[in-house]
Parts: sequence; structure tokens; C-alpha cells
Amino acid sequence: MIQLTNVVKRYPIRGGQATILDHINLQIASGEKVGILGRNGAGKSTLIRLISGAERPTSGTIIRDMSVSWPLAFGGAFQGSLTGLDNLRFICRIYGTSTEDKIPFVQEFSELGKYLSEPVKTYSSGMRARLAFAISMVVEFDCFLIDEIIAVGDARFHEKCQYELFEKRKDRAMIVVSHDPGFIREHCQHASVLVKGKLTSFNDMDEAFAYYNAHSMEIA
Amino acid sequence: MINNTTPLSRSFEIHFRVIGALLMREVITRYGRHNIGFLWLFVEPMMFTLGVTALWTLAGAAHGSSLPIAAFALTGYSSVLLWRNMPGRCSGAIEPNLSLMYHRHVKVIDIFISRILLEVAGTTASFIILGIIFTAVGLIEPPEDILKIMLAWFMLSWFGAALALLVGGLSERTEIIEKLWHPTSYLLFPLSGAAFMVNWLPVTAQKFILYLPMVHGVELLREGYFGSLVHAHYDMAYMATANLCLMLLGLSQVRVVSRTVTPE
Repeated sequence: MIQLTNVVKRYPIRGGQATILDHINLQIASGEKVGILGRNGAGKSTLIRLISGAERPTSGTIIRDMSVSWPLAFGGAFQGSLTGLDNLRFICRIYGTSTEDKIPFVQEFSELGKYLSEPVKTYSSGMRARLAFAISMVVEFDCFLIDEIIAVGDARFHEKCQYELFEKRKDRAMIVVSHDPGFIREHCQHASVLVKGKLTSFNDMDEAFAYYNAHSMEIA
Repeated sequence: MINNTTPLSRSFEIHFRVIGALLMREVITRYGRHNIGFLWLFVEPMMFTLGVTALWTLAGAAHGSSLPIAAFALTGYSSVLLWRNMPGRCSGAIEPNLSLMYHRHVKVIDIFISRILLEVAGTTASFIILGIIFTAVGLIEPPEDILKIMLAWFMLSWFGAALALLVGGLSERTEIIEKLWHPTSYLLFPLSGAAFMVNWLPVTAQKFILYLPMVHGVELLREGYFGSLVHAHYDMAYMATANLCLMLLGLSQVRVVSRTVTPE
């Protein structure tokens, strides 16, 4: 289970502080799939980073009783000067899993061929997303945090990702962040909507979408 | 705040794993796999020390004493590398690693520790290898008291590591620190005891120069090396206290930074 209680996140900005997340409460049971809807800049990625533990909340508590992935997103989680393979080795080392047996899968899945031995900073955004997704399937977690990563790549890659994540790992919990209601409806059981730093949870998808649409014009 | 229910042994295990991974990551990006690769780790400081030894030898006995100049340069300049390079490497160390901080196990302190370990390893290897080579070719005599040298080296490493945590932590809070550190380290070099013995100074100057913690370390290092040839001035209790204070200050800064760091 993951439990967020009264989580607040503020960032210092010129002339004061910006409250990005304002007393967020959220609970995710094992195997549960929750979508978080919010427009650009609503604080979705911040929320995901807090849940992952990469960042700390200004106040409030976050309890993680299951293993939680890092935020699977396009950017981040990789060191640009390292090659794709060295990034894979780094991640295997820090999560304490063996490396060499994972290389064939990453090679095949990412379709990067000889570019796996080139620095990640030379990759295109599509190549980066393929590498990111392939590496994130190498370490197993009870809960995956998915920050829009699936939305990238061509249709075939899209399909492969769907299969790896939503078919093979359908027993896991997932928190999916998106501004695309269709994607959330397809993969999640419940949805929460982030507006102006407040998170409102809905058991019913249609209610969540109605709320999202009604508030989608409001500035975060 | 986040509830921390991870047992201590498990925390250590994770820290060791992460520091190991970061060490590999540093070695690969800093030295690459081309030409001599990670051997640069100690070849680089060796080149510095060799150059300084050559310069000081050419300049003659400018230090106005009968001490063998090669040994004097080796002990002096190696100790400078030890306390100067660690803070230099830790200053601004977080930024190139920000993307790796998406992984919650990777903490600010791990990044600093991995860079400090790498620097200590490189400088120590350079010191030992040069010492062996110089002794083998007859340029210097073997040291008198290895244990004293080891203690001095440890104290200087501790000083460098504590200073590195402080400079590294502060440099994340304000970029002024990075700009200040360069002139500061440059100005501290002639005062650090690398190029003189405290005993050569006027008595009033001795009192002031001994406020600098690393001077005590270099004096002990020289006593370990030259033994009765020198009259060393040092107070290890003072140096340990100074190191401890620096380290606590440094750790407090690391703690502040780790609360606010935002992955890229």
C-alpha cells in the first residue's frame, strides 16, 4: 500500500513560494491502478516524484509498503554522458540486480543496435524513450509510476510497451499520470484530478472526466 | 516527513551499492575507456607531484635547509593534492548527477562520498607509487616511521573529506562558493606547510600558521618521513577537533541540500 497524508510541496520562487501541491491525500492498494489527470503544469510530475521518493514533501507523510519504481518518464533517470549500456549497468547496480543477463532483452526491446554503446546525450527523444522503457522493464516493482512515457514512439513500439506493462504486469499497482483522458480510461480503475494543487479522487471514471473537463481551463 | 522504517543494516547495504555504482559511473565519465583509462586516476596527481618535485629541485635548495628536496616536495605536494582536490571535485557535484537522483536510493551524500573516495584513492596511490619509485632509484631515503605517515595521511584525508562536504554542500546553495573556492585554495597552498616547516618561521608567525588544521598534518607527515632531521610542530588533538567541527558543519549542509534537491 502507498499512503499519502496531507502532502504539501512548495518551491521557492522569486519573491516567495509557490504551492504546487496543497494537502494531497491518496491511497493506492496493491494491484490497484489509479490515473491522475491534470493539465500541463498542474503538478502531476511533482506528485509522481514525491511518491517515488526522489523528492521530499515540504510537509505531510508518504508511506510506501511496497516496492515502487522510479518515475518512468521520457527525460531523467539517465546520465547523459554514459552510454545506454552503462546506464543499464548503473541502474542494475543501484537496485541490486544482475546486469549481464538483462542486456539481450534491452538490446532487443529498445531496438537501439550499436547505439547502445553510444552516450545517451547523442540519442533522439524517441531513442531515449525506447531505452528508458526497456531499462525500466528490467527491474521488477510492485508499483509502477508512469509519467506519460507510453505516449511516445511509433505504433509498433507503443504496442510492445502496452504488452510488457499492461499485459505481462497487470497484477501490479500502477499510478499513471496523463493529460489524456482516453489513456487513463483504458488502463485505470479509478481516477483523481489535480487542479490548483488540490487532488480530488473519484471512484467513477465518468465523474472524474466531467470534473476534469469542467476545470481544465483553470490555471494551476 | 517520510516515515523511515528501513532497518539500519539494510540502509548501509543500499548505500554501499549506490556508492559502488556511482564510483563506476564517475570512473567511466571522467577517464573513459580510451588509452590508459582509469589509470589516470593516479597518473594525473603523479604528474603534478613529479612536476613540482622537478621545479623545486631545479630551483635548488631555495627552502634554505638541508632536507632532501625530492622527499620534501613529495610529502608537501601530495598533502596539498589531498586536501585541495576533494573539495574541488565536490563543488558543483550534484548538477551532473541530478538526473540520477530520480532513483530514490541515490542520495546527495552518496554522490559526495563516491567523489571523495575516488580522490583519496587516486592521491594515495600516486603518493605510494612515487614514494616507491623515488626510493628505488635512490632519489630519496626510505621513510623513518611509516605509522606516523599513515596517521598523518589519514588526518589529512579526513580534513579534506570534511572540507569537501562543506564546500560541496554550500556550493549547492549558492554559486558564490564555487567562485570563492578557487582563489581560497590557491591562497591556502603557500600557507599549508607544503613548502616550509613551521620551525623555520618566526615564533609569532608559527602561532598563526598553526591555526590552519592541515599544517599539523603536513608537520606530522614530515616527522614520520624525516624523523630526527626535523623539528615538527603539531597538535593532533587540535587537528581532530577542527576536522570534527568541519565535518559536522559539512554534514549539516549536506542535510539541508538533500531536503531541497529537485531531480532534473
